[in-house]
Amino acid sequence: MSPEVRAFVGDSIPPEPSKTQRPARRKKTRDAVAAEVVAAAESAPESAAAAEPAAPEAAAAEPGPSPRPTRKRRPAPKPKAAPEPVKPHILIIGGGGTGGALAHDLTLRGLRVTVVERGEVTSGTTGRHHGLLHSGARYATTDRAAAIECITENKLLRRIAPGSFEENDGLYVALSDEDVDFAATFLEACWQCAVPTRRVERDAALRMEPGLNPDLRFAIQVPDATMDAMRVPLRFFATARRNGADIRPFTEVVAVTTAGRSVTGVMVRDHAAGREYEIGADVVVNAAGPWAGRVAALAGVDVAVTPSAGVMVAVRGRHCNMVLNRLHEPGDGDIVLPQRGLTVVGSSSWIAEDPDDPTIPAGHVETIMREGAALLPALANADIRARWSAARPLVGVGDGTGRDATRELRCFDHAADATPTDGFVTIAGGKATTMRAMAEATADIVCAKLGVTEPCRTGETVLLPHTAWYVE
Amino acid sequence: MSPRKPRPTEPTAPPEPPPPAVEPVGSVEPAVQAVDPGPPPPPRRVFLVSRRRSGDREPHFDDFEIEIGPDDTVLDALLRIRRTREPTLVVRHSCMHASCGTCGVRINGREALACDTKVEAISPEPPKPIDPAAPIKPIKPIKLEPLANQRHVADLATDMVDFYARFDAVGLPLVRNAEVAPGVEPPAELKAFGRFENCIECGLCLSACPIARTNHDYIGPAALAAAARVVEEPRGRDLGVVLAIAAEPDSVWRCRDAMECSVVCPSAVEPALALFTLRRHIAANGARRFFGRGV
Repeated sequence: MSPEVRAFVGDSIPPEPSKTQRPARRKKTRDAVAAEVVAAAESAPESAAAAEPAAPEAAAAEPGPSPRPTRKRRPAPKPKAAPEPVKPHILIIGGGGTGGALAHDLTLRGLRVTVVERGEVTSGTTGRHHGLLHSGARYATTDRAAAIECITENKLLRRIAPGSFEENDGLYVALSDEDVDFAATFLEACWQCAVPTRRVERDAALRMEPGLNPDLRFAIQVPDATMDAMRVPLRFFATARRNGADIRPFTEVVAVTTAGRSVTGVMVRDHAAGREYEIGADVVVNAAGPWAGRVAALAGVDVAVTPSAGVMVAVRGRHCNMVLNRLHEPGDGDIVLPQRGLTVVGSSSWIAEDPDDPTIPAGHVETIMREGAALLPALANADIRARWSAARPLVGVGDGTGRDATRELRCFDHAADATPTDGFVTIAGGKATTMRAMAEATADIVCAKLGVTEPCRTGETVLLPHTAWYVE
Repeated sequence: MSPRKPRPTEPTAPPEPPPPAVEPVGSVEPAVQAVDPGPPPPPRRVFLVSRRRSGDREPHFDDFEIEIGPDDTVLDALLRIRRTREPTLVVRHSCMHASCGTCGVRINGREALACDTKVEAISPEPPKPIDPAAPIKPIKPIKLEPLANQRHVADLATDMVDFYARFDAVGLPLVRNAEVAPGVEPPAELKAFGRFENCIECGLCLSACPIARTNHDYIGPAALAAAARVVEEPRGRDLGVVLAIAAEPDSVWRCRDAMECSVVCPSAVEPALALFTLRRHIAANGARRFFGRGV
């Protein structure tokens, strides 16, 4: 049998009604989602206003026909006289967590938004990350700004995306004398960054996590959590689309169109339909993560984004329930966390030439598993289910591995470059944990460029569930 | 519409000729020097990939021959094809470790996650023939097709809209904020029962289901597994509603126990087992209702 023909999600061509369409069930879908929205709104009453569809849908429903039937001879004059001021159009390149959160932020501020992503949404770095909602403790000693960003967003994301996190907390485990010596520095740094900590003695830690290395000295509990690397960003995309954003997966930017030193839009190739077309935009935002350098090059702009790759390993079985970290300076293979029925160990760090190259360097998996087994001895004999690499989009790199590069987000308005390019903004750096904050910072810059004064509302808007992404 | 590109059926470069393993006859040097042919070339595999743009009527197959590393998965191979050979290949993927459920495809006709299937496992290197003169059998190509019983987007990508629509009646997702809530012992029966959160919503079960192939209204294995999970751990839900949905004509009684769903499930959710659980609950509830005590 032939599969149903359907224009892909976000295409402007209305899809042919398919044979298998079941209107009754489809309607239920909407109702169910609406019910979920109501439920979400009830659980967070302050966000009720935000959960309802914003301007575009409401506006489309408003201009109904006049009560008096118009004559057929003379067509009613089109209401051209006083059109609404055309809302600025923002084109976002990159359908990762940042692109999704930015689309959500900008639609809430009343702008028109289109997102283009060359593959499926979250198929770049976003979907491949560790699945750790950082408490910030990992960066407290080395990168205070990133740590403060992490703890702020950690608290905030739990409020706006309830149900997407396993609120299992994390333990920083001291195994050696060096770890014990490091504890004082660590606790002081966490205190300075307002990351809550609690010292857990050896026996208590073993009661919480019986699989831990019994040689541990003590542990420090922090508010880490496991997050769903794909489904949290999907909630941003789903909510943005409900509010009018146009999200086009499998649409790759092949060129950036310019007029003089001003970016006017992009030329894209729709891989699903096999055609190329142009999209105009008032501002083009480059949120392509580790590919941001390549996208910027299309516009003739230089961006210092370094793809810093990391390897992660997933083993079969849930060997722990909390996020386990080694109490020392960030290193390889020192984070172990559960994801459903898997345990994920990571990661390593090196500078990748090509973010598309999935090759795992020799020895990385072995190092990660050895370090992981120091925390959780069961990992030594665990069955590896998958090993993969992901490229972090870091800004500025020090020692050649990217380990000490800042995880702080950076947003560049290229109108301020040495050779200014107008209408083009790049967002890079940051962590999955800080995707909303990255979006807010970028949206602030975009709005300032356009003279839009709407404030950011993503901090108090509860997101639709990820299932809302999969409705028509 | 841009002109169609020629089908990249032929690899641009012919496969490397294998290095001479044996010293040619008549060489002056003894065989000692010739023993070292260098590392053997990495094995190569041919992938037959189903291609179909959103406007095409029928899919066709393109074949790509590429090198395969020892740990490479089918998804690694697909991404390598996209990176080096065919940049317009449409394939869904996200987490790369069987956690997100986006990369389901049919590999040689069998549903699997591309990220979770090693090329070596499905197409092992053939054993060396005992007779070196015997002709080497060519390795079968690996056939990749999109999931069945779902809407097609392009190439290997499907749209999960219909799959998720099936969950609406049962009201998923079930998400718990913690594996074990602080200070709460999980119900004893749950220890034997897999967490439903194990379901990664990949749609393999629906693709493999022979009933879903002919009956588009059949609610499908994943949604029934979800319903069974609600029955096992109601958390305040109205069981009567869930059992009524499960007892509808296109629900548990439509299943003919092919068990394909449990066979292909990459996450050990055991939808077929869940279906039996539901049938038991429906029957028991029917009996209780007869005596006026059902839900």
